[in-house]
Amino acid sequence: MVLSQIINALQLGSIYALVALGYSMVYGIILLLNFAHGDIIMVGAYMTFFAVTNFHLHPVFSVVLAVVVSTLLGVLIEKLAYTPLRSAPRLSLLITAIGVSFLLENGAQMLFGADTKSMVQTPLIKGGISIGSSSISLAAVITIVVSVAAMLFLTFLVQKTKLGKAMRAVSEDMGAAQLMGISLNKTISFTFAVGSALAGIGAVLHIGSYFQASPMMGSMLGLKAFVAAVLGGIGSIPGAMIGGFAIGIVETLVTVGGLSTWKDGVVFAILIVVLLVKPTGILGKPVTEKV
Amino acid sequence: MGTLLSVNDINVSYGAIHAIKGVSFEVGEGEIVTLIGANGAGKSTILKTVSGLLHPKTGSVDFLGKRLNGVAPHKIVAGGLAHVPEGRRVFLRRTVEETLEMGAYTQPKSTIAPGLEKVYELFPRLKERRRQVAGTLSGGEQQMLAMGRALMSRPKLLMLDEPSMGLAPILVEQIFDIIKSMHKAGTTILLVEQNAQMALSVADRGYVLETGKIVATGTGAQLLNDEAVKKAYLGG
Repeated sequence: MVLSQIINALQLGSIYALVALGYSMVYGIILLLNFAHGDIIMVGAYMTFFAVTNFHLHPVFSVVLAVVVSTLLGVLIEKLAYTPLRSAPRLSLLITAIGVSFLLENGAQMLFGADTKSMVQTPLIKGGISIGSSSISLAAVITIVVSVAAMLFLTFLVQKTKLGKAMRAVSEDMGAAQLMGISLNKTISFTFAVGSALAGIGAVLHIGSYFQASPMMGSMLGLKAFVAAVLGGIGSIPGAMIGGFAIGIVETLVTVGGLSTWKDGVVFAILIVVLLVKPTGILGKPVTEKV
Repeated sequence: MGTLLSVNDINVSYGAIHAIKGVSFEVGEGEIVTLIGANGAGKSTILKTVSGLLHPKTGSVDFLGKRLNGVAPHKIVAGGLAHVPEGRRVFLRRTVEETLEMGAYTQPKSTIAPGLEKVYELFPRLKERRRQVAGTLSGGEQQMLAMGRALMSRPKLLMLDEPSMGLAPILVEQIFDIIKSMHKAGTTILLVEQNAQMALSVADRGYVLETGKIVATGTGAQLLNDEAVKKAYLGG
């Protein structure tokens, strides 16, 4: 019982963490809260659903399809909606992101219907493992393992590669980074691509774990991942991971405590508390200005 | 002596503000050229236009015989033109050495070690502080770091925007000594300064900028002795 709840918490938390990473990376680089990010997960989940139930693709191809479509969608949104606003006030960018989010949600409703598609009959990942008296679904184990692997890969990418170096430089000082010979367009697109690919992985894991896709699913998931990113310290990659797992654990605890109707409320209460007590989050650095 | 940089009749605007009105100047290989003028005369705007951060409405910028109009800033850096921006703009959370390595972003990896060696030779202070985070350096050290970082891209032309800004007089002298040694080591320099006295004393040639227009030009010595320049910029 305890073990399976721990696994539940980590399963949920790792999905939040993957989504929170995308939020945090994009915020870190162009100071945009990309509210369309959650909806990329929704698109990824639909892709997985159609690939499996309508086209009967092998699960591996379904995963590839979902991740590729999510990545391309993320970069496309950046190019069409955000690049033209690069020197505009940040508020215009934020409003545009909300607009893109509505566009994706309503577009999905139009194209795929407003009903919730269920994959319970044809799960992506079948089976389970029993340890002692508790049984753990294989989907949960895969979700946790894949998420951790994706995060390790991301850490390597950001710390060790040339593009990662460029990302860090742009996030610190966009103008100075350009003067180092770093291409802004390339670096920003790359950041969106990586963040959206993580969202695509999150989408596959989400539908693998909870079997459902609906046009509005990205909205709540995205908002909670946003809370996770703020809790960890927006702009910080390890912070997003910690925040994601923390939110997953809190939600599971609230549910186990019999207050499952309160779980969304508790998550947003955390946001309010963080903003009041430590707005920079767990790992966020206070902005120091030195003259 | 060939012409390295030639700026021809550029006009630059920030929205409705017409900041640069038909400015032309040249920098020859091996020279130190300075643009002096009061705050708001348009000095930084000119440098930003040359390095591609701003675009001229009309006119042209040529570097090594190539037109720079419309070329992205990162390509201009790779082409051998480095810009040390106003206010240093060092990466405050990186160590000195990481910052310098970032300066070599456009260069092959093999140039990093010899580049660092050269920079440390020019700035022994940076070598002492190589593991220190840039945000903890003093203003003068940050200026050295910003110049060192620019040198890491092995520039043919180094543009310095107000290197003396906010520094104590003794540090200003140090920075100008370093500018002279960088020049001696073969780097062509375009220097923008409010400290006209210091700038003109190291420069081969200078241009005086007033509200977006060039109003006087000559050798450093000529401008230092020019009555109008003396009155306006050298404190009588």
